[in-house]
Amino acid sequence: MLLLLLGIVLLHIAALVLLCVSTIVSTWVETSGSTADLWLNCSTTNGGSHCDPANTSEWIQAVQATMILSVVFSVISLFLFFCQLFTLQKGGRFFLTGIFQILASLFVMSGVTIYTVKNADWVPEAASYGYAYILAWVAFPIALISGFIYIILRKRE
Amino acid sequence: MLSFIALASVLLVSLASQSEAIWVYTGWDRHALVGSEVRLSCSFFSWRWLSDDVTFSWSYKPDNARSSISIFHYAGGQPYVDNKGPFRDRLEFVGNPQKRDGSILIRNLDYNDNGTFTCDAKNPPDIVGRPSSVRLLVFDKVPVRAGVITGAIIGSVLGLVILIVAIYFLMRFLVARRVLNLSVSKMEKGKKGKGKEGSQQRQMWSLFSPRGPGPVRHPRPVQ
Repeated sequence: MLLLLLGIVLLHIAALVLLCVSTIVSTWVETSGSTADLWLNCSTTNGGSHCDPANTSEWIQAVQATMILSVVFSVISLFLFFCQLFTLQKGGRFFLTGIFQILASLFVMSGVTIYTVKNADWVPEAASYGYAYILAWVAFPIALISGFIYIILRKRE
Repeated sequence: MLSFIALASVLLVSLASQSEAIWVYTGWDRHALVGSEVRLSCSFFSWRWLSDDVTFSWSYKPDNARSSISIFHYAGGQPYVDNKGPFRDRLEFVGNPQKRDGSILIRNLDYNDNGTFTCDAKNPPDIVGRPSSVRLLVFDKVPVRAGVITGAIIGSVLGLVILIVAIYFLMRFLVARRVLNLSVSKMEKGKKGKGKEGSQQRQMWSLFSPRGPGPVRHPRPVQ
């Protein structure tokens, strides 16, 4: 039982870490010598790196908002898990925890989808996707699976 | 205490006489749509009273030019607007010099109007000061400021979640109160049943004491 609990918490924390890294690091697209989105466009010239604020179009702001919301919901879900662990009756399900985690995964999915569809407006043709974008895509199924596990799980002992 | 007051007043007077410069204020930059109008505000602060010879002058430097041209001048109570340059028939004086306001209004903006507008105000004898500049940026679509939509989406979603949680707890509280009221009324019905037995006992007592006019009122037996 303890092992199961540890595994579930580790999965949740892994999803949370992926979400945090993907939101904070500004590397959603890369060209040679510069990275861009979600918050800064940084370019490394021969002297050093120089950063400008990212484009302020409505779609980037929507992606920023959904990524932040997914991180917030995942943190709330972790907090609720520990609350429900000590207050739930035996045989009860972690509904609230699972719902918040699934909401977090849905927010990530919508954010990354919006970015994928709309990024042609502000990203040059030669750019390729950076690792923060890939981490966001990876975080979505991990968070979804974690949320479903919470909904299925029953409290024992 | 007295020496402190004297020192403070001497300091204030020296500060006033030294910084007898005029401070001119304009905005930092202005955004406007093509074809619309924009009001460029200019006001000043001066230690002196407002003089009759107060002057305002606006000059314009296009983005890629090196020198500026004068487009507006107010002196001796009369405004003089541009009648030959790029802003002829488009410039209007909308300021109020009595309130230290020397703002101008430019109509029907074009992309060529991008540039820096400099306002210089003088309030004789207070004439030493720096002119202040405002940049005009003309867009075909005014861009959204960074963070407005982000904050709006985050705020509305979190507000919705908090509202749903509050409604859920309110319903639970109301349902619990209703259940409590029901149980309290059941308890009272039980007590009334015991009270009915007591009235039956009183009627039996009245049978035994016929002199009384009606049922004898006995104090409720303490149990």
